[in-house]
Order: sequence, then structure tokens, then C-alpha cells
Amino acid sequence: MVRNISFMSRTADVMIIAILVISSLLCIFPIWYTIAVSFSDKSAVAGGMVSLWPVDFTLSSYKKILQEQAFFTAFGVSLKRVFLGGIINFVVCAMMAYPLSRTPKQFRPRNVYMWFIVFTMLFSGGLIPWFVTIKSYGLLDTIWALVLPSAVPVFNVILLVNYFRSIPKDMDEAGMMDGAGPWYMLLKIYLPLSVPVLATITLFSIVGHWNSFFDGLILMNKQEHYPLQTYIQQLVVQINTDNMTTEELRQMAQLSNKTLNAAKIVISMLPILVVYPFLQRFFIHGIMLGSVKE
Amino acid sequence: MKKQPFALHYHLMLLPGIALLILFSIVPMFGITIAFQNFKPGLGFWRSEWVGLDNFRYLFELPDSRTIFFNTIYIAVLKILAGLGVPVFFALLLNEVRSVLFKRSVQTIVYLPHFLSWVILAGIISDLLSMDGLMNQILGWLGIEPIMFLGSNQWFPGIIVVSDVWKEFGFGTIVYLAALTGINPALYEAAAIDGASRLQQLRYITLPSLKPTIILLATLSLGNVLNAGFDQIFNLYNPLVYDSGDIIDTYVYRAGLLQVQYGLATAVGLLKSVISFVLIILSYVMASKFANYRIF
Repeated sequence: MVRNISFMSRTADVMIIAILVISSLLCIFPIWYTIAVSFSDKSAVAGGMVSLWPVDFTLSSYKKILQEQAFFTAFGVSLKRVFLGGIINFVVCAMMAYPLSRTPKQFRPRNVYMWFIVFTMLFSGGLIPWFVTIKSYGLLDTIWALVLPSAVPVFNVILLVNYFRSIPKDMDEAGMMDGAGPWYMLLKIYLPLSVPVLATITLFSIVGHWNSFFDGLILMNKQEHYPLQTYIQQLVVQINTDNMTTEELRQMAQLSNKTLNAAKIVISMLPILVVYPFLQRFFIHGIMLGSVKE
Repeated sequence: MKKQPFALHYHLMLLPGIALLILFSIVPMFGITIAFQNFKPGLGFWRSEWVGLDNFRYLFELPDSRTIFFNTIYIAVLKILAGLGVPVFFALLLNEVRSVLFKRSVQTIVYLPHFLSWVILAGIISDLLSMDGLMNQILGWLGIEPIMFLGSNQWFPGIIVVSDVWKEFGFGTIVYLAALTGINPALYEAAAIDGASRLQQLRYITLPSLKPTIILLATLSLGNVLNAGFDQIFNLYNPLVYDSGDIIDTYVYRAGLLQVQYGLATAVGLLKSVISFVLIILSYVMASKFANYRIF
């Protein structure tokens, strides 16, 4: 009987591990495939010979990208955007979270502010009014159009507020006794105690800036102002298929340079693939603390 | 009442964020007047002609609007259901694994697609699903004629839902794993001593402990019924699949910014914002009532 249970249990274990391994492979496979394509020879890809491993390994796609000025311009815009946007998000978020983490007793208008920022998160004017407003500020075709409209990451502010509130009140009292003002408390006590959450929200804001394409598409008129994702979107994804027959679509698919596109996709994933493993251990912790609470 | 000594500093700390929110969130809200105007960009808010509810009337007469509302809700509901179920199942499986190293490796891999943009993933997916892509090659070996996946109204909604699950299920498991680690291990020990099998432990301990979290996330997802995922659909669709894939947000983009029907597009957007707002409030009220959830 005892042996029977452990046998059942072992079969279950094997099945569970098999399912987990297969789903992990399914998650990684499309990305892996694209990397393989990017290192393969053009004709091998067109002939459908590439699946798991590069065929006729070559760096020619990557060499070709080196000659494309537009790609590097877009890459530069994205870097600038991530840098500026990341810093602005961080500073604004930290400065807002501290007062909002005070109790109404310590800071009476706290709840008014809180409802205000939650309202802006829940309700919006919609795409057209948003576009018209930014246009009327004269921000079109400037880097500020990509950075300022999303300068206040309300969701991140709430994560940080919730974390700050979980810091023991004794900290506060001890600081106040020693005569620390609010700025000192924020910079020297609260921020250093919040590294996991700060890492999480910084990851979110950096990834958000790196990944967004839509604002670049509608707020930038000139291609040299496009961030990388918008550039890729225009090049790889958005093919104008209006009024195209099936046959024409098929021909176009054949003409498009799959290896070059794959290489561009790989390069634009690269920063995330590099940063992600280092921040991963923080964000699980950070999200759990901010979202699920008693 | 005691004077609040630091209030001025607190206001100062909040100033930059509040100012930016007013400029980029509140001011655009006044722009919803465009929905009641025959808006001409050259004339601006103040001089464009007022037309009352004409844009809304026109909207309800359009044959398209029925389709886009149906598509939006249909795709969003399927996504919500799959997005609730798959992560629970996956978290339960992961929870049964004892090797920490294995567990962590699986987690690292399945969280990854969440951090890649839909632009990149759409590039990859449309390559895999193209007429001469890998998927059709595999079908070819099985003797099946190539299918134009992304040009077929039959396949498109399914592809949208499956690819969304593929991207997000790993990330969705985080919350459930957190709930699972919160279960008191003594419960399992007691159950094991009483001779409960693993399946019985799952049924009588694990699932009941997960129930509040599942209910909470299900309730909160109600607010998303009109969000079928702009980035994803925008990057994967084409005119061939407008009938099955066009959603409110993609329609607003095309009508508004491409065809310059500002009034109509704003009316559609306003309708969506108002309904979503009501749904979100409703879901938060329900979440706080049934699951004791607060945003802050």
C-alpha cells in the first residue's frame, strides 16, 4: 500500500516536471527560433531549413545593420528616452509616495491627493483629446513628448506607498526625535529601506519606456525621431496590406528580408534579455509586497 | 487640532507629480468636448461647430460599431477567462516541485515574454505563422495545406487569445505562488498523518486557500472587459481580419488619426472611458466587499 502511493506520487512528479519543461520550452522557443534565423543564411531561411539551429551560420545580417544609420538613430532615441524617462519616473514617484504614505493624522489632505491620482489612473479623455493636447503644447517631434505624458507612473506610486506604509512607525518616531525633516527621512531612511520595491518599479518604468512604440508612431512625424520600437514596428510589422490579394501577400512575404528583420528584433530584445535576470529576484518580492496585502 | 509641522514640505513633494498629472491627464479630459463637436483641428476647441449628440447618433447607426463592440468584449472575455485559469494551473504544478533550482529556472523562463514588447513578439509571431513560416512547414509535413493564419477571420481571435496567454501566464502565476507560499505547512503535515493523498491535499487544503485570491483577481478583471489589448492587435492585424479583430481602440486610432474623424473617434473613446470607469469602480467596490481588498 505504502509502495503504491509512492509509485503514484512518483508518476505524478514525472508528469508535472514534463509539463513544466514543455511549457518553458514553448515560452522560449519562438525567441530562440528568431535568434537562429538571424544567424542563418538568407536562402536557407527562405527554403524553410531553419528550425532550432542556424543553417550556414553567418553574421551578414548584423553587418548589414551596421550600415543602417536609421537603426542607430532609433536606438539612440530609445536610450535617451529610457534614461530621461527612467530618472523622471523615479524622482516623481519617490517624491509623491512619501507624503502619500503619511497617515491623514500626519498629513490631512493625504486622501484628497490619493483620490486625485487614482482618478487620473481610472479615467481618461481618450486617444484623440490626448493627442490634441500634446500637440497644442507644441511637444510633437521632441523627446519630451515621449517622456512627460507618462512622467507619473501612478501604479508604481501606489506600490511604493504601500511599501512605505509597511515600514515600522518606530523608524519614523526615532527619526523625528533626532530632528530629521521629511526630506532627510525620505532620502536617508525610507529609500534605502525600499531597495527591492525601487528595483521593481525602476524595472517596470525602464521596460515600459523601452517597449512603447505607439506614442512614437503618432507623436513623431519624422523618422529620425522614432524610438527603436516604432522603427521596428514600421519596418517589420506594419506592412501596408490594404487591398492586397492572398497571392500578393504571399509574394511579399517571400520578398521581405526575414534574416535582417530577425537580427533587428534580436538587437532590440537584447537590453531586456541582459538586464532582466539581474532584476528578476527583486521584482517577484516587490510585486508581492505591493499588491497582495492583508 | 495639532498643527501639522511638515505639511508644507509634503505639498512641495507632491507638486511636480500633481502638476504633470494636471497637464497630461486632466487637461485632455476637457478635450472630450470634441465628442460633441464637428471638430476641425485648424479651428481648435473654441471655434469648432457644436453638434450636440450627432456623433453618438451616427455611431449607433454605423454597422461597424456593433462589430467592434462585439469583438472587443468577445476577445477580452476569452482573455480574462484564459488569463485566470492557466496561471492557477501552472502555479499549482510549480508548487509541487521540490527542487528550488528547477523551480527558479522555470520561473525565469516563463516570466520573460512578459517583458518583451508586442512589436517584437508580433514580429516573431507573424514570421512563425506566415504562409511560408515554420508553422505551415510543420503542417506541410503532415500533409495539410498552408493556412493563412493572420489573414483568416476564423483563426484570428484564437491566435490573439493564445498568444496573450503565452506572453502573460508566467507573470500571472506570481500572485498565486505568493498565496501558495502563505499556506501554513502544518495543514499539510496534519493531512499527511491522517493519510490524505496528494490529490486530497490539493482538493481540501490548496484550492480552498487559493479561492480568495482567485475571486479577488476575477473581480478586478471585470474592469478590463473593454480592454482587449491595443498593442497586440494593432501589431498583428491587417484589413483582412477587421471583421473579427477590430476592437474599440484600433477603430478609434483608424477613424480618428488616419481618417481624421476626430468627433466620431472621440465619441467612441468617451463611451469606452465612461463604461470602463463604471466597471472598474464596480469591481473595486465588489473586491473590497467580498475580498476585503483596498488599493491603498
